[in-house]
Amino acid sequence: MSTEKQLLSGNEAVALAALHAGVALGTGYPGTPSTEILERFSQIGGKAQWAPNEKVAMEVGIGAAYAGARVLVTMKHVGVNVAADPLFTMAYTGVKGGMVFISADDPGMVSSQNEQDNRRYAKASGVMMLEPADPQEAYDFMRLGLELSETWSLPVMLRMTTRVCHSKSVVTPAPPSVSEITRRFDKDPQAYVMVPAFARPAHRRLREKLEKITEWNESASVNRVIDGDSSLGIVTSGVCFLHVREAAPEAKVLKLAMTHPLPVEKIREFAKTVDRCLVIEENDPYLVESLRTAGIPCEGKPEMYRFGELNVGRVRRIIAGDTSREPAPARGKPPQLCQGCPHRMAFAVLKKFNCVAAGDIGCYTLSVLPPFETMDTCVCMGASITAGLGMRHVLPDDEARRIVSVIGDSTFMHSGLTGLAEMVYNPPKTGHVVIILDNATTAMTGMQEHPGTGRSLDHGRAGKIVIEDVARAMGVTNVTVASGPPDFEAALTAALGRDELSLIIMRRVCRLAENKIKAYEAALESCNG
Amino acid sequence: MADNNGKVTNIVLAGLGGQGVIRAADILAEAAFLAGVDVKQSELHGMSQRGGSVTSDVRFGPEVLSPMVPPGEADYLLVLHPTQTENNLHQLREGGVLVNTTAVIGDGQDLTVLDADDSPLTSRNFNVGLLGLLSTHLPLPDTAWIEAIHRHLPAKLHKENEAAFAFGKGLAAK
Repeated sequence: MSTEKQLLSGNEAVALAALHAGVALGTGYPGTPSTEILERFSQIGGKAQWAPNEKVAMEVGIGAAYAGARVLVTMKHVGVNVAADPLFTMAYTGVKGGMVFISADDPGMVSSQNEQDNRRYAKASGVMMLEPADPQEAYDFMRLGLELSETWSLPVMLRMTTRVCHSKSVVTPAPPSVSEITRRFDKDPQAYVMVPAFARPAHRRLREKLEKITEWNESASVNRVIDGDSSLGIVTSGVCFLHVREAAPEAKVLKLAMTHPLPVEKIREFAKTVDRCLVIEENDPYLVESLRTAGIPCEGKPEMYRFGELNVGRVRRIIAGDTSREPAPARGKPPQLCQGCPHRMAFAVLKKFNCVAAGDIGCYTLSVLPPFETMDTCVCMGASITAGLGMRHVLPDDEARRIVSVIGDSTFMHSGLTGLAEMVYNPPKTGHVVIILDNATTAMTGMQEHPGTGRSLDHGRAGKIVIEDVARAMGVTNVTVASGPPDFEAALTAALGRDELSLIIMRRVCRLAENKIKAYEAALESCNG
Repeated sequence: MADNNGKVTNIVLAGLGGQGVIRAADILAEAAFLAGVDVKQSELHGMSQRGGSVTSDVRFGPEVLSPMVPPGEADYLLVLHPTQTENNLHQLREGGVLVNTTAVIGDGQDLTVLDADDSPLTSRNFNVGLLGLLSTHLPLPDTAWIEAIHRHLPAKLHKENEAAFAFGKGLAAK
């Protein structure tokens, strides 16, 4: 393995670090800006796989880490919401092998439905958090994270942001190293079985552990002071550090690497050495609140800078206390459904029917824009089916019959299956219509495989879940597969006219994925033959 | 060796999804890396893959800090689609250089006529053609550019893209 300098994105750097540190398994669910981590890890020889959703990925990762292996779990910020259930308990049980999970946050919502700041999750669940500023730190902190995780038997959240994931810079890798921990599962129910009697002491153990980690963090060299003019002192972390250094090269800076648990005394000492202590952070006032709670006098950013990404220009404004109106961002051309996209014809039909569409997360969310304007709700992965059911339950019958749920194939695998169970279990009296737009790929994030494609992350042969078989087995009475506007329209007419549970699969391959899928299948044929 | 009097050179690339904006930025950043200077590239993708506006920032010099070009401080703005010039002009600093489609194919011409042109430019290698034009402004050696093109494109496209690069470069002389 080469330790030569390379030009890498933050995502590529994490993958390389995982390989160099002997990560045995990488698992996750694709989501911008985290997707390329596992793809790259697989390309360079790591064992990587897509899970149906983030909760599953986290749980598979927990199992591997309990068994002593080093593990990498990846997801975007909203994915952590899905994985939050195992996350909070995993902090109690701890792990044996090193476990790092990526939360790829998206300040400014470049490709996301909200701007949540997942630093709150590290604090709420009680896991360590490292925040890299650039690809070099993404590489270094991934490896440090695995070591810290093994040292303290506690998972580490590596909190990246879009600008760290998707920016490239020069990375110098370190010599490879492997974990000393033997892979085997040692029975220890008091540690791993969180019945209340075992969980109560586990919570105390977690807090004691965090105290010790705080002590370590107070003097850890990863939190650096960059000397400068003490009239202005800035406390910062992540990519903001780089904006700060450029906007105020003369300032004294405390650059934090581990931002949970925080090295409060180190920050207090720093604050005492400067005249003006300013906290520069993106999105929520996570650091500034912690400092104020600890009684450290400091200044935060004005509320207007909570929204969107920071950059050198905005940091200059914050330092100057400038709260005048910012210039409006230039209007670009919005994204749209591709020419020839099969979703186009599906939405053209839906528009004709004047349906109310409970929508979901995927390319088809773009149907909210002209010329279709046929998406009425979109909350989170899987919510189309369940939110549609909710509307059906309470609306007058004639209104209820206009409601359809629209979901993609990958999203259906992610969190539509339980929605279907809910539909069969608690059917509204007008029935319901679920439309699965099956384009045979996870198109939105760049055409990844999923459990319905029959191919694994590296496009090799995998088990395949057939949507119509699952729906019938789950008890959906009326299941139709359509492939073009005429049969789709006929199926929809029939389904909307009956008080029945209906599932219509509109199946047509994504135009962008078509040739790739043909090539994958041909490759599989030739190796089978 | 790249040098801009010890300062950082800031370049913003803009276009529409599917035009190869990110690929062009990859090649430019790689060329700077191969020339031995510090370089950072920043891009935003995701929804933008579906035909929307795409921009990417490339910065190189002795030491680059932020991965994003500070607002209004681009030395060069390279625009791959005529519709994307207006909404990105504010990124250019006073006296900065605009490298755009009209500089290559003449005012008012549509991108779709490229295939019919006797030039080696097509809608596929147009991004590399514009890089050729940009290269005449930058202190990066040709060997770095060619190696960067090789690293970021499959072997069967090397010849065609080298020709596109050379054509773009030649246009600057006219």
